[in-house]
Amino acid sequence: MSNEEFRMERPQPLPSRNSAFYWEGAERGEFLGQRCGDCKTFRHPPRPMCPKCQSVHQEIIPLSGRGVVYSYMFPVHPQMPMFEYPLCCVLVDLDEGIRIFSNLYECDRADVKIGIPVEVFFEKTKGDKAVPVFRPAKEASK
Amino acid sequence: MSIRSGGKAVIAGIGQTEFSKNSGRSELQLCCEAIKLSLDDAGLVPADIDGLTTFTIDNNEDVDIVRSMGIKNLRFSSRSPHGGGGSIGTIAHAMAAVESGLANVVVCYRAMNERSEARFGIAHMEPNSNSTGSGSGFLEWSMPYGAMTPAAWTGVQAQRYMDRYGLTNADFAPISVQLRSNASTNPLAWYFEKPITIDDHQNSRWIVDPVFRLLDCCQESDGGVAILVTTEERAKDLRQIPVRIDHATQSVPFETETVTNFYHSDLTVFDSGVHSGAELFGRTGLTPADIQVGMLYDHFTIAVFWHLESMGFCKPGEASDFIKDGHLALDGSIPLSPNGGLIGEAYIHGMNLATEAVRQIRGTASNQVDNVEHALLAAGMSGAILGRC
Repeated sequence: MSNEEFRMERPQPLPSRNSAFYWEGAERGEFLGQRCGDCKTFRHPPRPMCPKCQSVHQEIIPLSGRGVVYSYMFPVHPQMPMFEYPLCCVLVDLDEGIRIFSNLYECDRADVKIGIPVEVFFEKTKGDKAVPVFRPAKEASK
Repeated sequence: MSIRSGGKAVIAGIGQTEFSKNSGRSELQLCCEAIKLSLDDAGLVPADIDGLTTFTIDNNEDVDIVRSMGIKNLRFSSRSPHGGGGSIGTIAHAMAAVESGLANVVVCYRAMNERSEARFGIAHMEPNSNSTGSGSGFLEWSMPYGAMTPAAWTGVQAQRYMDRYGLTNADFAPISVQLRSNASTNPLAWYFEKPITIDDHQNSRWIVDPVFRLLDCCQESDGGVAILVTTEERAKDLRQIPVRIDHATQSVPFETETVTNFYHSDLTVFDSGVHSGAELFGRTGLTPADIQVGMLYDHFTIAVFWHLESMGFCKPGEASDFIKDGHLALDGSIPLSPNGGLIGEAYIHGMNLATEAVRQIRGTASNQVDNVEHALLAAGMSGAILGRC
C-alpha cells in the first residue's frame, strides 16, 4: 500500500458533555468560547462551573479567532499517516484571555516564533467534523 | 484516645525486579515478585501486609495480589492519580494509612511491561489504560492536532521555557550525560557500562523539534518496584535500618494537568514543583541546603531544570548554569539520581527513584553519596523527603 493510499483523515475530536458546544460549533465553522454568565470570565478548557465565582450559568459566545503564539513545537517521531509533516503544534493565547492547543499552517518553519499574531480557520476531520486551526494573521492582534 | 492511632511512618523494605525491555512474564508476576522482595528485605511475610497502594493506571488489582501472595486480611487499599508525576503520592498514602492506624504494613507497588506491552511512547489515539483515570481530558484537546505522546505534550511547555531563557536543546545534554554516567556504574541499570557523550546526545534524532532528541527521553522499561512502609515501632524488630519519611505530599495546583500543562498562566514556572516544594520544605523546616541527594523525576531532561528552579535549588532561569557548574555530579552540592534516573537506570514510572533514595540513606547504593541525611524525591505533582532515623 502506498503512503498516499494509506493516508487517513485527521482524527475527529472526542467531545465530552462539557465541551460538546466547542466541537459542534467547529463543525459548523464557528469558533465558540465559554464564559461565566455572571462574572463574564472566559475559561478553557470548558467546565461546568466558574472557578472565579462558582456560578453554573454559562454563555457560549463567538470568539474573535485572533491571538498570539504562546509556544510551539514540531512532533517528529512517531509520525502518523493522518497528519502531514512537518506538523506545527501551537499554544495560542487568544484575545479573550484563554489559551488553546492547535496547529499552525501557512507559515514557514523559520517564521514560527513565540508572539506572532495568528487567526483561526478550520480543517476537516474524519467523520465530517472540523477543528479550529491557525495561520499568521493579516493584521496584528490587539 | 482515638481507636485509630498509628505511629511515625518509616520505609522498612524495598524490592525491585530486574529492569528490562522484555520481562517475559506478566505484570502481575512482576508485581508479586517485587512485593515479595520488599518483604524479604524487611524480614516480613505476606500475611503481615494489611495495606496496598499503587497508581490509578497500574494494571495490577489488589484482589489478584492478595490471592496470588497469600495475603490474609487487607484493610487499606488506595490508588494515586497523575501517572509518574503522582508516583510519590503512593508513599504519601502509605504514610497516612500507617500514621492514622488504618493499617500497619502498607506496600506501595508499580509493575508494568511498559516496553514489551503498552508503550507510553507510541501515539495515543484514544483514551486507554495509560491515559484515563488521572483526571485529565488531555487527549480531547491534543489528539486531533497530532500531539499524541508525552514528549509532544511536555515539549510545548518546554519550548516556552527555552525561549524565555535563550536555551537550545544542547543545553539539555549535560543531564543525559550525567545520568548515563551514573547508570554506567550501577549494575542494576539497563545502561550499565554504557555512558554517552555530549556528541552522542546532539547526534541523536529529533523526537520533538526543536526541543527533545531521543537522548532527552527516559527509557521505556519492563519491571516492578515495591516500597514497604510501616511504623517506626514495628521497624525496630525488622531486618533493615528504617528510613524516615520526613514528609510526603501530593500537589494539584490550579489549572495544572497530568503531563499536558497547557493552561496555567506562566508555563516557564513548574507550578506543581513550586507547590510540592513549599509543602515539603515548609512542613519539615528543612531547606534545599539540607538535601544531599536529589531524586528528581526525569521523564525528559527539562524536568530536572524545572525541579531545580521550582524547589529552590537555584533561581528561575538559572538551572542551565547551575547544571553546567557541576552541582549535579556525584560529588556536587546536590547529586542527581545516582542510580542513573529514569533516563539511565529504567523507567518504572518514578518508583525506582524511591528505592534508590532508600538505598542512599541506608548507605548501600552502588554510587553511594557520602553522609546522606536527607534525600529528596521530587516528581512534580508529588514528592517526599526521606531521612535517616
